[in-house]
Amino acid sequence: MLTKIVRTVANQLILFILIFGLYVIAHGHLTPGGGFQGGAVVVSGIVMLLVAFNSKELKKSIRERVLSVMESTGALVFAALAFAGLGTVFFYNFLVGSPIFGDIPPTGPNPGNLWTGGYIPIMNYAVGLKVIAGLSAVVLALALFASGEEMEE
Amino acid sequence: MQSVPANFPFLASALLIGIAFYIILFKRNLIKLIMGIAMLASGVNLFIVALGYRAGGNAPIYTNVPPGPMVLSVPQALTLTSIVINVAVLALMLTMVIHIYRHTGDVDSEKSRKLKG
Amino acid sequence: MRESTGLGALIVLVGLLVVGMVAFIHPFGYPSPTAMDDYIIDNAQRETGSNSVVASVVFDYRGLDTLGEATILFTAVTGVLLLLRTTKRKKDSP
Repeated sequence: MLTKIVRTVANQLILFILIFGLYVIAHGHLTPGGGFQGGAVVVSGIVMLLVAFNSKELKKSIRERVLSVMESTGALVFAALAFAGLGTVFFYNFLVGSPIFGDIPPTGPNPGNLWTGGYIPIMNYAVGLKVIAGLSAVVLALALFASGEEMEE
Repeated sequence: MQSVPANFPFLASALLIGIAFYIILFKRNLIKLIMGIAMLASGVNLFIVALGYRAGGNAPIYTNVPPGPMVLSVPQALTLTSIVINVAVLALMLTMVIHIYRHTGDVDSEKSRKLKG
Repeated sequence: MRESTGLGALIVLVGLLVVGMVAFIHPFGYPSPTAMDDYIIDNAQRETGSNSVVASVVFDYRGLDTLGEATILFTAVTGVLLLLRTTKRKKDSP
């Protein structure tokens, strides 16, 4: 555990890092970014918490079962959306024109509209969840192995 | 034959790949080998993105884009996949180095060559 | 013997790379015209409905590659968590 100044600053900064990571994930169909990049931003925030606090302290807050459920949910939602348009072709964008995320933007340069994109925003959320859960589990397991404990089964 | 200063991004990626191959061939420490593999991945990713550049082009995103041509978009999508795969393989390699260090007490690749058993 | 063959292979490889980058590649900034990229840039907004062409290529036109990449990420995370377990051995009395 580092000094009190580092712990206090880390406690205040983690909120802004999480909000920025979620912003990058949510606007993946309008700006550069998307699921993988936003997931990496959130995982870097968790690594900052791991450095400021002990890994044994963080193991009380992040349980392994929650991470496993999060990762599996992300993968299943991604595969379900891929299979849902199987009437035409595999990976068919069946939500364009429908009431959910269905607006079509005007061609050419325009300020972005959040309600566009078909199933691309939902896939961004699923992939972001998968990356967050997977990479934070790997980082937590490495830190716990180096300090001599084990992850709960 | 193109002039050398104009093709500079390709030469930079060739330099990165050359240094990475020197590290992989001639260094014995396992951590340095892993750093060499990561450098090789960076050089290849830079080469793929530099292949798809159009002179005076903008990023292929239509939100508030200034007028002009756009760069090619498919190499950028393939580089995204390549970066994620490199991160995953690097994580696996680092855990194997941790196990080798715990079992043999040394990260020299010459000392952990013999299969015991 | 091993050092000199390694050095020779390295010099041949780097020489081939530099010669290829200087002489045999298209000039930087003027790629050869492709029909696939022009079609994707012109029609991605109308067909997929998103402003970002890269996002629609990653998730719609080339979605199968993203599915394979998600599988690789899942497999690597499972492999790392498998290797880093330290289970306590219980002493069973036979």
